[in-house]
Amino acid sequence: MGVAALFFYLFATVTVASAFMVIASRNPVHSVLFLILAFFNAAGLFMLTGAEFLALILIVVYVGAVAVLFLFVVMMLDVDFAEMREGFLQYLPIGGIIGIILLVELIFVLGASFVDPQAASVAVQPIPDLAETSNIKAIGDLLYTRYIFFFQLSGIILLIAMIGAIVLTLSHRTDVKRQNIADQVARDPEEAITMHKVKPGEGI
Amino acid sequence: MDIPNLWLAGPELWLAGGAMVLLMIGVFIGEGSTRIVTGLSVALLALAAIAIFWFPQTGEAFHGAFVMDPFARLMKILVLIGAGVAIAMSVGFARRENFARFEYPVLIVLATLGMLLMVSANDMITLYLGLEMQSLALYVIAAINRDSLRSTEAGLKYFVLGALSSGMLLYGSSLVYGFTGHTGFEGIAASMSSGGVSLGLLFGLVFVLAGLAFKISAVPFHMWTPDVYEGAPTPVTAFFAAAPKVAAMAMLIRVVHGAFEPATTEWQQIITFIAIASMGLGAFAAIGQTNIKRLMAYSSIGHMGFALVGLAAGSQAGVSGVVLYMIIYMAMTLGAFACILAMRRADGMVENISDLSGLSRTNPMMALMLTVLMFSLAGIPPLAGFWAKYFVFLAAIQSGLYVLSVIGVIASVIGAYYYLRIVKIMWFDEPEQGFVPMASELRVVLGVSGLFTLFYVLIAGPMSDIATNAARTFF
Repeated sequence: MGVAALFFYLFATVTVASAFMVIASRNPVHSVLFLILAFFNAAGLFMLTGAEFLALILIVVYVGAVAVLFLFVVMMLDVDFAEMREGFLQYLPIGGIIGIILLVELIFVLGASFVDPQAASVAVQPIPDLAETSNIKAIGDLLYTRYIFFFQLSGIILLIAMIGAIVLTLSHRTDVKRQNIADQVARDPEEAITMHKVKPGEGI
Repeated sequence: MDIPNLWLAGPELWLAGGAMVLLMIGVFIGEGSTRIVTGLSVALLALAAIAIFWFPQTGEAFHGAFVMDPFARLMKILVLIGAGVAIAMSVGFARRENFARFEYPVLIVLATLGMLLMVSANDMITLYLGLEMQSLALYVIAAINRDSLRSTEAGLKYFVLGALSSGMLLYGSSLVYGFTGHTGFEGIAASMSSGGVSLGLLFGLVFVLAGLAFKISAVPFHMWTPDVYEGAPTPVTAFFAAAPKVAAMAMLIRVVHGAFEPATTEWQQIITFIAIASMGLGAFAAIGQTNIKRLMAYSSIGHMGFALVGLAAGSQAGVSGVVLYMIIYMAMTLGAFACILAMRRADGMVENISDLSGLSRTNPMMALMLTVLMFSLAGIPPLAGFWAKYFVFLAAIQSGLYVLSVIGVIASVIGAYYYLRIVKIMWFDEPEQGFVPMASELRVVLGVSGLFTLFYVLIAGPMSDIATNAARTFF
């Protein structure tokens, strides 16, 4: 058992354990922190398979942006998660059954790939060979040539998401006082300052 | 380096570019731009349809990820017509109900772009991206009336269940990719016919079909349909009922006949089950409905079941039956929704079936047209709906699916009850307060749809030829 295998089991165990803690911990903030731990360990697993670019992207995007956003949402929304979880036991039987079915399916499927010798042979070799070039260069080469179509489509999907967010949340309030910069800049001492002669002891 | 054949994807590029230009027009002109943007978006869709009709080019582009063939051409034209009519029908409603927003037509154009990609998808990745593009726009459109509790609830429900179905589709696709080593449909089919259908591949197939069945709202993945149809604003419901169904059905046909051709016996069982369940639920669940939009939701579930009967046949006649069914279904649905959009009294929209009572005396023309459409939806000869059902059942019988055909006919008879009940309410019940006069755009849609349905028998020959020509793509 080499060092790589040792690290694999370390990362895998911590990933599964922290994934469990995400749903088991009582405090939602702790849940998010466990989620971040799970992301870090998944990144470690990517690193072990030689996909260093994906590993770093996972940390930058998921930990840096998504998880932090989660944390904001959890802290800003006043959701009583303890109350939401009260019916947890009630749904345990049916949830458990579904979980067991999925587990059996996974075992079947993964078992088939071990038993079926063809499964490994149909896997397509990565182009170009990963031993020759770095993984970020390989992704870049493919993403902007062969997969440009998919790349552009994803761009349009993101545009739709943006339009959707604006349509559903933006509201123009008319009862709010707003800053008018042009007016502010155009002000000069003549119209802003008036001189009063104040007699001593009287005030204005 | 080879330049991909962009010309094949011309309509898609046109819509994508056009949608962005419309967005800019809307942003710069502001609130008053709704009319301009609506008109231009209908023109955009119409020009795309004309371009597809005018330039019959076929081929593959983007390394086989995108395919343009006679089947895709027909389905794209159908989708574009459905979307264009849906936008046109929303004009009056948007003005009166205060939801005139320029983003609405732009989002419909973007959803239509997704649908065109679904129709042309020849790769799991294109399929997924097209589907997400369409769905994401539809979620937003469902909730566009954000001040209404029901509209936002419909959007949220659609979003959550849609995300779940996308997850299933992705899981299925990843299994298929894992066991065949390909995401392209040709590659998947080739790998399957040389290596056989392994257990993992079968699981992948089941998950992919589950994800797709959600999009055509077939039982058991139909739960969202009645609530979304009822909650969304009526023009949005009219849009949901027509174009997306056609696109999702076209995609389903291409997946099972393109990618999973070697596994025909396996998917036939699944499609047969889904067809029976959808027809049954569509027939029984609609009986107790009082809201006409909910009724149309169950009706659409039932009709998807009937269309799937043709797909279950797994033959060229079956596919051509499904294509024909979708053409006729779209024509009937748009007409029926033109009537529902015209159900408007001086104090606002009404949507109960009982509000139609005595329509024959208050508005005889609308009652006559709606009666024709209801008879056609029920499948009574010689109207269009009868021929749609006839061809799918004929294909099923030719393929030896006798039990399925008998169940289908029984479901059709049971389903006829609730369509005929609407006819009875319109012609024999005491009249209520009449509706305000119908808007001209609704009159046109209803007229065209009613005439198409009524005189379909005269154009049945050419229509069948068109459908057969499209179906020949796969055989």
